[in-house]
Formats: sequence, structure tokens, C-alpha cells
Amino acid sequence: MSLKAFHLIFVTLLTALSFGCAAWAFQSGSVLWGATGIAAGIFVIVYGIYFLKKLKNVSYL
Amino acid sequence: MEIPYTVQNRPDTGIYNAKLGIWLFLASEVMLFGGLFSAYILLRVGAEPGMWPHGWLNVTLGTVNTLLLALSAITTLLAWAACKVRDFTKFKIFHACTILLALTFLGIKSYEYHDKLIHYEIALANGKFADGHLVEKSADFDLAKKTGTVTLHGHIVEDRKELMDLRSPEAQAAKHDEITIAATDIKKMENYGPKHNTFTAIYFTLTGLHALHILGGTVVIFYFWAFGGAMWKTDPERFTNRIEVSGLFWHFVDLVWIFLFPVLYLT
Repeated sequence: MSLKAFHLIFVTLLTALSFGCAAWAFQSGSVLWGATGIAAGIFVIVYGIYFLKKLKNVSYL
Repeated sequence: MEIPYTVQNRPDTGIYNAKLGIWLFLASEVMLFGGLFSAYILLRVGAEPGMWPHGWLNVTLGTVNTLLLALSAITTLLAWAACKVRDFTKFKIFHACTILLALTFLGIKSYEYHDKLIHYEIALANGKFADGHLVEKSADFDLAKKTGTVTLHGHIVEDRKELMDLRSPEAQAAKHDEITIAATDIKKMENYGPKHNTFTAIYFTLTGLHALHILGGTVVIFYFWAFGGAMWKTDPERFTNRIEVSGLFWHFVDLVWIFLFPVLYLT
């Protein structure tokens, strides 16, 4: 597995963490932190698409 | 003697040798951290009701550290991508960022440790508990000889259980002041170090081991950053592979933190 593939796993888990933190923040009553978590999650998804496009010629192996 | 398969893929494995080596090493690391995570789960489910701490760690600092490691994973990938397109200047810039981010992470972690080590819980002779950060100890303070006084910035509670959930409305509403306690009134005094309870023990073990990995990774990345120029000139492809291998290790360490952060800081 190349660094590209591992980075993809990392980005996926980071997205899950961002949305998870947002859910935790909303449950704790902090709307601002919750909204920040959702924004971070969306940002990470956008970054993930950008990085996949940028490294499209690099192998996953 | 030339070392085989440092650049070319080995026919039987389909990858170059260093990549196979780092994946075998990371497999052993998964077992190491997996064992400690299992220990955490067992300690937590085995804790007496109401005796597992909540809200003891600073979520803001933990979030900042998560952000720093996420950014460092990106700069590591970009450093490798720069090597792939043969741009050594960009590689130097991105890996300098990785090193700075890692050192900032370690600085924040050290601050968090220091905060725990100056935080004391004092069992008082009257059965109550004083809890807070150390302000000062008088010059003649000696717990064994029962002389002098200690001053904390904190509060006094009736029951130790009140100190467990710092997110509870009661804990949030508690007023913190400077409290001076005479050594004669102290039954037991202990900081929030690893031996305080099972939570602090597993917290220091997990995060300490993780911080050691960050430190080790930083040393390796710094070595490539500072002394990699020579190999870059003679064998850029092999150097690029080394950056990929160090990047795989770095991503693993970042991935461990992605699990550590919610488990320790948010639950």
C-alpha cells in the first residue's frame, strides 16, 4: 500500500472524526463547536477530492 | 555491494523492500497500540460506577493537537509528492513545516502533562477533599513531619465522586479560590500523575508512547531534511522511496492520535 492509499484512509478517518466531534459538540450543547466540526468535515472531503485529483497518476500499491 | 530492490519492486512481493519492511513494522505497532487500547477498554468497563473520570482533559488543546497532526500528515504527503516531481526546494519547505508542526504538538503535550503534574487532590483529615492546582508550598512544608502549609487554586468537596465528572452542572458551577491547608490537616496528598488512578495511568501510558513515536518520527524526518541532499543528488528515486516510508510511519502515528483523541478527551 502506497502513501497515497494510506493518506486516503487517513482522510476518511479524519472526516469521520470531524463529524463525530460535531455530533459530540451538539450533544454537549455547543452549537459553535458543532458547526465548526461540520465545516471541518466538509473541508476534509474537499481536500480529499483535491488530493486524489492531484495524485491521480500515482499508484495505490 | 549494492542493496537490491531499494528502487525497483521485488518480483515476488510487488513492492520495494523498504516498503515491505515498514509495513511489517507497522503491523507490530498495531499490536502494541491494540493491546493498550484493549487495556483501556477493560479498565473502563471494570471501573466502579461513577468512578471513571470525565472532562479531566482540555478538549481545546486536544483539538488543536489533532489539527496540528492532520496538517503534518498533509505536509508529509506534499513533501513526498514534491520528491516525485523532482522539486527538492518544495520538499524542504513541506518537511520543515512537518517538523515545526510536530514540535508544536510536543510542546502542547508537555504543557498538558505539566498541568496534570501540578494538579493535586488532597484527602483532608476531616473526610473532605481539596482539589486544585498548586500555587505554593511554604518553605517549611513537610508532609511526613506535618509542618508548613500548601496553597491550591481550587475547591473543597464532600465526596471524592464529585471530582470524577467535571462536565456535570455541579462541577461547572463550583467556585474556585485559593485554599491554604496546613500539613497537619492533610491525610494524603497526590498529584494527577500516572499513579493517581487507572485513568491517569492509561492516559500517560498511551499518550506518552504516542509522543515518543512523534519524537522518533521527527528525528527521522529531520535527518532526511538536513542530510538528505547528498542522496538526492546521487539517487533521487531511492530518496523519494525513503520519504514515502517515513511518511507511512508518520501517517500511522497520526492515525493512532485520531483514535486517542475521542477516546481520551471526549468520552
